[in-house]
Amino acid sequence: MKHTLAVLVENKPGVLTHISGLISRRAFNIESIAAGYTEEPDMTRITIVVEADDKYELEQVVNQLSKLIDVIKIIDLTGQDSVHRELALIKVKAIPENRTELIGIVEIFRAHIVDVNKETMIIELTGEEMKIDAMCELLKDYGIIEIVRTGKVAMCRGPKAAKEV
Amino acid sequence: MKMTGAEAVIECLRQENVEVVFGYPGGAVLTLYDALYLAEYPHILPRHEQGAIHAADGYARVTGKVGVCIATSGPGATNLITGIATAYMDSSPVVAITGQVAVSLIGRDSFQEADIRGITTPITKHNYLVKDVKELPQVLKEAFYIARTGRPGPVLVDIAKDVFAAEIDFVYPQEVKLRGYNPIYEGDINSINEVYQELCQAKKPLFFVGGGLTLSNSSEIMRQIVSHTGIPVVSSLMGLGCIPDDNPHNYGMIGMHGTYAGNMATTETDLLLGIGVRFDDRVTGLLHEFAAKAKIVHFDIDPAEVNKNVHADIKVLGDLQWSLEKLLERVKERSNLEWQEQVAPWQQQLNNWKKEKPLTYNKNSEQVLPQMVIETVSEITRGEAIIVTDVGQHQMWTAQYYNFKHPRSFLTSGGLGTMGYGIPAALGAQVGAPDKKVICVCGDGGFMMNCQELMTIADLNLPVKIILLNNQVLGMVAQWQRKFYNHNYSHSSLKTKADFVKLSEAMGVPAVRLDKKEQLSEVLEKAITDEGPRLVEVCIPENEDVLPMVPAGARLDQMIMGG
Ligand SMILES: Cc1ncc(C[n+]2csc(CCOP(=O)(O)OP(=O)(O)O)c2C)c(N)n1
Repeated sequence: MKHTLAVLVENKPGVLTHISGLISRRAFNIESIAAGYTEEPDMTRITIVVEADDKYELEQVVNQLSKLIDVIKIIDLTGQDSVHRELALIKVKAIPENRTELIGIVEIFRAHIVDVNKETMIIELTGEEMKIDAMCELLKDYGIIEIVRTGKVAMCRGPKAAKEV
Repeated sequence: MKMTGAEAVIECLRQENVEVVFGYPGGAVLTLYDALYLAEYPHILPRHEQGAIHAADGYARVTGKVGVCIATSGPGATNLITGIATAYMDSSPVVAITGQVAVSLIGRDSFQEADIRGITTPITKHNYLVKDVKELPQVLKEAFYIARTGRPGPVLVDIAKDVFAAEIDFVYPQEVKLRGYNPIYEGDINSINEVYQELCQAKKPLFFVGGGLTLSNSSEIMRQIVSHTGIPVVSSLMGLGCIPDDNPHNYGMIGMHGTYAGNMATTETDLLLGIGVRFDDRVTGLLHEFAAKAKIVHFDIDPAEVNKNVHADIKVLGDLQWSLEKLLERVKERSNLEWQEQVAPWQQQLNNWKKEKPLTYNKNSEQVLPQMVIETVSEITRGEAIIVTDVGQHQMWTAQYYNFKHPRSFLTSGGLGTMGYGIPAALGAQVGAPDKKVICVCGDGGFMMNCQELMTIADLNLPVKIILLNNQVLGMVAQWQRKFYNHNYSHSSLKTKADFVKLSEAMGVPAVRLDKKEQLSEVLEKAITDEGPRLVEVCIPENEDVLPMVPAGARLDQMIMGG
């Protein structure tokens, strides 16, 4: 089963290497990892999507990560009422006869066209993983040149911050 | 107070009550060494950085204090790696201070630059790179704090060369606040109550103690629990000494070379209480058959240990000082007699196993056998010595045949199994315990891996006794080749023209060779009681096996027996 973990860490050099090193050494299955600044200047938030076979494996991931001195807190957002988003940029072939169709798709997905030239366009899409997968699948027929995805970020609904949970 | 970064390091060492540092100078730490010189700070110069780190580790294991070592950048730092990993696996509190190239040179493949922080990340509890002198006091304060608290472990502080020369207005922080580091000292009292309920109902309860008991200084409480309840105890390699070997409830070590009674008890128990253990594969054998009939209780300060290898039915987190004290209170609610009644048949069972198949070897052998040597050392020192081993067959014979009485009296590389650990660790142990007899047992293979430290031992006139069990082979390797590789002794012979006695004497440690059984007691007695360092080379046969033996991946009760 997939779990989404919010990992709050000290904003210090080397923290990401610590975390990614630990994950690969202990052979944990990581699907995505996304890091960025937060409301506190000295804190970074890393969203990790991990595949765990059972509760013991998940417990190990959380416990081993928690052992790192610079890891402040880990919250499992799976099963909590929370918003999950990922951003993708997709460069797709856009020959004149296909453009109208492509614009139609972009509208249906509530995506944006952020760059166009004679042959291609870049589509920006935000949403849950499945939505992005679905759009990529559709765009395949037109010829995808490249895709870049941020990896998932997530946040609990309701008034509280994750660090207070 | 205004001072340089180098002076600040020394001031931090003073504030942390560091009695002595083990180190080796070089370019990146010259400024620090100048300050050490001017301050006349106690410093020991081993002859290899690996010696320095193992010595700091040996010192830490004997004293319970943080051991400190220093090395220069690049090769100096990389020479520490084996020792850092050794300390990490056995949770030994060590602070390693390394010099790094100057800030402006970092990241340019400069002369003697190595990314030691990157390299040691998976083998340290934590590590730092200090590029600004202002951070230095805080970082060192944290380093010592992290090394010794919670589950102890090595911390590396890499300091850029120019930081040592930079000026700082020194203030040593009084406390450490780390948002991400809060060891759990007091766990959940309900877990203790649950354990107590289980204990009252168990027919075949078994305590399995490990190195955590030593690290938390709680052997004494454990002894009281055992003597009040009479519940049998077995131990991991790292737990030896916590419960005296002559305690009637102690059935010795379990695992690959464990006792028959111990391994049988582990197979048959209905309630196994792991106390400060890691359930390493050398202990469990075939993992899913380990203690398969038992409910498992796991006491540990490190939450990540629980459910890592063996799934626990009850976890008791927290410092063993706390949890065992609470457990002792509970078990005292029932009288000694009540417990006795409950566990008597089980004790009887263990005693039968012990009588049926005790540890044994061919006592009538004409040749000197290694087991005899260890038994003799045990008798001469009456279990009062600090025994340090290297890694191999001799390590297992020492674990099996020395009669340990005290925690912190058996120093061995358990987790990493580092050959070359013995001699430098004995050096550090002797520095930490100047009034104790420190005896290092090693093989002819591992001896050569750090024998340069005989020089250090001789020059400091440290009265370390080295017992070199010379079987002219890499014994443990040869044993596996004999048992599992068709007697193909691939590169495990150490037949040599070299003379260990001369080598030892050349480095300043008086030595004798022993090959007659009749002389065993006399020669060992003299070497051990003489003042100053001594080496005794004991010639033993090359084909003696360590037994019992559970083949790798087999069930614990599937032992190859000896005798
Ligand atoms: C640094 C290192 N290299 C290799 C090994 C693998 N190894 C384990 S025991 C052993 C043989 C040790 O031989 P010796 O020191 O003569 O001791 P004996 O087993 O004969 O008592 C070897 C090579 C190791 N544990 N450590």
